[in-house]
Amino acid sequence: MKFAIALFSAAHAPSSRRALLFAQAALAGGHEIVRLFFYQDGVYNASASVVTPQDEQDLPKQWRAFVAEHQLDGVVCIAAALRRGVLNEEEAKRYQREAVAVSAPWELSGLGQLHDAVQDADRLICFGGA
Amino acid sequence: MAKSLLVISRQAPWSGPSAREALDIVLAGGAFDLPIGLLFLDDGVLQLAARQDAKALQQKDLSANLQALPMFGVEDLFVCADSAAERGLDPSALALEEAQVLAADEITALIDRYDQVITL
Repeated sequence: MKFAIALFSAAHAPSSRRALLFAQAALAGGHEIVRLFFYQDGVYNASASVVTPQDEQDLPKQWRAFVAEHQLDGVVCIAAALRRGVLNEEEAKRYQREAVAVSAPWELSGLGQLHDAVQDADRLICFGGA
Repeated sequence: MAKSLLVISRQAPWSGPSAREALDIVLAGGAFDLPIGLLFLDDGVLQLAARQDAKALQQKDLSANLQALPMFGVEDLFVCADSAAERGLDPSALALEEAQVLAADEITALIDRYDQVITL
């Protein structure tokens, strides 16, 4: 089955961990993930600026490794990311901000990528919504 | 045929960016000409309360975005009757006249009709 996964909660939320576990299980079960789309506070999961206490799981780091290892299409909503200060190098330059929090394998892009994934996937699975 | 998407908006308009961001998904879907619906549920119905004063909260009004929905080709707009009643809102005096007011069993059928659902 082709899954699209949307994540709406911050990196410290239990639902963000569940999303990663689901994504890992989907691939392990032979399914395909057409795209990960991080929206709302979900954009924090792509931030390299998150510092996790040593005895806790570093979810942004785990997401990054997971996406890179499986060469997944990991999209962070650009509008949601700008609002929350989670910028890549290009956007930091554009808005003259010093902090760069996102880099490859993540890509900043628009909501069209969510709709595109919805069309492409058999199932859209959402985590961390209301 | 394009897959249909129902966005269920459950947050009050002034409790953070959630309501606006849910609406942005719908407007983007409309811009791409996709079959998309929007249901206001629970505190989400408060987005449709008439005569809100966003300026008092130093915020931007959501109503312009709501009024843009039909312009973006989004005509499948729904309001939960129970949610409105629980919050003292008169379903006939909501800020979005185009929205259909649905009873609980109609909402069950509505969600069933859509291929995908996002709840925010």
